[in-house]
Amino acid sequence: MLGAERLHAIANTVIEASPADQTEVMLSTNESALTRFANSTIHQNVFEATVDVRVRAVVGNRVGVATTNQLGERSLVEAAQRAFQSAKLAPENPEFKGLPDAQPIPKVNAHSANTAAYTPEQRARDVKGICDRSLGNGVNAFGAWSTSAYELAVANSRGIWAYTPRTVASLKIVVMASNGTGYAERTGVDASRIDVDGAGEEAVTKALKARDPIAIEPGAYTVVLEPYAVGTMIDYLAYMGLDAMSVQEGRSFMAGHFGERLAGENITIWDDGLDPNGIPTPFDFEGVPKQKVVFLDRGIAKGVVYDSFTAGREGKQSTGHALPAGSGYGPMPLNLFLAPGDADEKGLLAGIGRGLWITRFHYVNVVHPTETILTGMTRDGTFLIENGHITRPVHNLRFTQSVLEALSSVEAIGRERRMLQDEVGGTCVPALRIAGFNFTSVTQF
Amino acid sequence: MRELVERALNVAQVRGATYADIRLEERRIESLSVKSGAVETLVTEEEQGFGVRVIADGAWGFASGSVVAGEEVDRIAAMAVSIARASAIAKREDVRLGQPIVSRGSYRTPFQIDPFSISLEDKIDLLMAADAAMRKAAPIAVAEGSLEWSRVRKTFASTEGSFVEQELVETGGGIVAIAVGDGDVEQRSWPNSFGRHQGTGGWEIVTAMDLVGNAPRMAEEAVALLTAPRCPSEATTVIIDPTQMALQVHESCGHAVELDRVLGMEAAYAGTSFLTPDKRGMRYGSEHVNIVADSTVPLGLGTYGWDDEGVPASHTPLVTRGEFVGYLSSRETAARFDFPSNGTARAESWRHLPIIRMTNINLMPGDWKLEDLIAATDRGIYLETNRSWSIDDRRLNFQFGTEIAWEIVNGKRGRMLKHPTYAGITPEFWGSCDAVCREWAMWGTTNCGKGQPSQTMHVGHGTAAARFRNVRVGIA
Repeated sequence: MLGAERLHAIANTVIEASPADQTEVMLSTNESALTRFANSTIHQNVFEATVDVRVRAVVGNRVGVATTNQLGERSLVEAAQRAFQSAKLAPENPEFKGLPDAQPIPKVNAHSANTAAYTPEQRARDVKGICDRSLGNGVNAFGAWSTSAYELAVANSRGIWAYTPRTVASLKIVVMASNGTGYAERTGVDASRIDVDGAGEEAVTKALKARDPIAIEPGAYTVVLEPYAVGTMIDYLAYMGLDAMSVQEGRSFMAGHFGERLAGENITIWDDGLDPNGIPTPFDFEGVPKQKVVFLDRGIAKGVVYDSFTAGREGKQSTGHALPAGSGYGPMPLNLFLAPGDADEKGLLAGIGRGLWITRFHYVNVVHPTETILTGMTRDGTFLIENGHITRPVHNLRFTQSVLEALSSVEAIGRERRMLQDEVGGTCVPALRIAGFNFTSVTQF
Repeated sequence: MRELVERALNVAQVRGATYADIRLEERRIESLSVKSGAVETLVTEEEQGFGVRVIADGAWGFASGSVVAGEEVDRIAAMAVSIARASAIAKREDVRLGQPIVSRGSYRTPFQIDPFSISLEDKIDLLMAADAAMRKAAPIAVAEGSLEWSRVRKTFASTEGSFVEQELVETGGGIVAIAVGDGDVEQRSWPNSFGRHQGTGGWEIVTAMDLVGNAPRMAEEAVALLTAPRCPSEATTVIIDPTQMALQVHESCGHAVELDRVLGMEAAYAGTSFLTPDKRGMRYGSEHVNIVADSTVPLGLGTYGWDDEGVPASHTPLVTRGEFVGYLSSRETAARFDFPSNGTARAESWRHLPIIRMTNINLMPGDWKLEDLIAATDRGIYLETNRSWSIDDRRLNFQFGTEIAWEIVNGKRGRMLKHPTYAGITPEFWGSCDAVCREWAMWGTTNCGKGQPSQTMHVGHGTAAARFRNVRVGIA
């Protein structure tokens, strides 16, 4: 970790060296370690220390971006020059309204010294515990236990200076029995508060229950989706169109439907970078403070996220959802939430004559973005539900399903939420019971 | 450079490593994208760094850093050893690498025109011209174009005595036309899906694409798709174009033959494989199906001199006349079967650990001319340009979608169809292949994901169009 003062000095070096009309500097540092295990042994164990300096130079309404990972003055000045030279060569873009102005940045608590100091030995001992538990039950453990400490800072020549440190601890476990698998995941800011034993127990128990799956026919089933599966579905919904860029281009399912019902009344989905139930991030990659944005308010289409470019097109303010300059994507929600309900496991199962319990999805992809149709496989614990009880494990199935149709058919919502993090962002979601979820084929295991 | 390399290896050995290697890299990547008449991104990226991989106490450790200087090299090398010792806490057996590898030499991607020698103005002009040509030809909602060119200089050295230097150059680009209407979004991409075809080589790769020449057709087809009938749901004959065949080979063969996946080392993320060692010799496909891994073939994104363990590039049969015969391997995975690695351990960059990745996984050409194959097909569907892909975690049940398809009726291309999807079970699907065409080309995939932490790899697929019988289409 370099700290706010050093990063501010680096940013000032770049801005002062830049001949551009406006200059933005995004700085990130990352010290990340990951202990990976397979067949109940550690087979990969890695550490990386990286720095990223990303300079956006503005000349009139032309933009160029340059990056470096070297912090010496010569490299920083050279990066500023490269960005400037690129901007000079770019054609005019009248839609580009300039870099954002400074706004107050809220404080969040997203850094844990425990996580930053977590050692390879600690991770290895945690993994050994998971492996020993698995081997003691006659099954094998696979997974990854990662701890990272990250700093993000953004400065620009219009007065923005924003800095936040963050830590993330993430444990993912797959346990394999002879012919069944189980899964568990835990993510949080503080590694010492991750329930490693609990996660191991969850994955082992699921794997043991998943042995000897029976064949099942595809078709429409009432399903209970664990939060792992719901998180994937909501992530993809965001990717398909909860951003202003795709709305403005007409590619989003939200375009032309604001104020209309797109999902059930029991569905409210929002993005909130400040919510401590997620991994809080107070500002985006332009240094704009994150606003809470409600996408679906009791099923009604309400809003999407903006960065300064898409906001400028509509005369609006950025909601603080920009990605790094030059990424080529528009704004993106990275802290997604789905409102919980009041059902416990019994409540989620009650009344289901014949249905399926789904732990998680695998290899999901978009089939049709405006119809919000996804396809993917079930994985790591798929069970038959009969008369309100989980009975037998079944072979995995392929689903092909519209997300909005699924969210219009939610019969019950779990009261507990789980925080899930992937490489890009995170979701905090409950379990859902959904009627008529469409499975189009099965696989052989 | 050599001094730092030797310093890192010495520190690792002094600290107790029984094996150590180091990769140093300097990377320069430049990219440009244009959207609907405006430059959207114009980025130059430069970075350098190194990664040290060691075996100590019979277990692996890896650490990487971006400060390429004495003390930092010492720190990172020492850290790799302490990480390895920590790994040994949960070790069940020692890592074996097989016979020592001593590689020496240098390799440079051959090219005709250095992509860095083409001015930025000319690159911008090219994409703007293609953009204008798309928007003039048809009322599309969005026109996109992109170019990327890169140079990576890497040095690999090991305590076994390897020292190799490579300079890898890539060039790529593409265009996408997106049409919107009546709640539908359709797109056409050239020359490959998601706006990108890339290869190891120079600017001649972009010139061969003829972006401006193909732009109007992409726009016209995107708009036409809006009102085209949907692909029917049925079981039928399909002929798949070379770019979609690249995806087919990638997902259902390339990943399935990664030996680390077979051994469970990817189970926590991307899954395992149905091609377990007892399946060597099984019928994977029909006699028309021949698939190889080849890191020596020109233009491939998986073409190099040595992999990231210093193992030389090679050619390995994977499927021969339909019989499954080979894997992609690394030193550790190959040693478990007492055969040598075929050099497919690759890392996304200096800060990543090398793991088994595809190189160029190629469907070998057959005898048919595509136009003759279509003419010889009574009824079916011709599928072109990937749009979506999904497969189960053992690489069996798949469902893929393309941007566009055409009916084949009595040997002729007929109506355009939208939302074409097809599905199958891998060996049944390949078993239904009854013809492969001879118009063969190398395609580049720049977004292959694997590993924890996740690594993105560039891989190549040489393919030709092929025909398959009794395939389920029109899933959604």
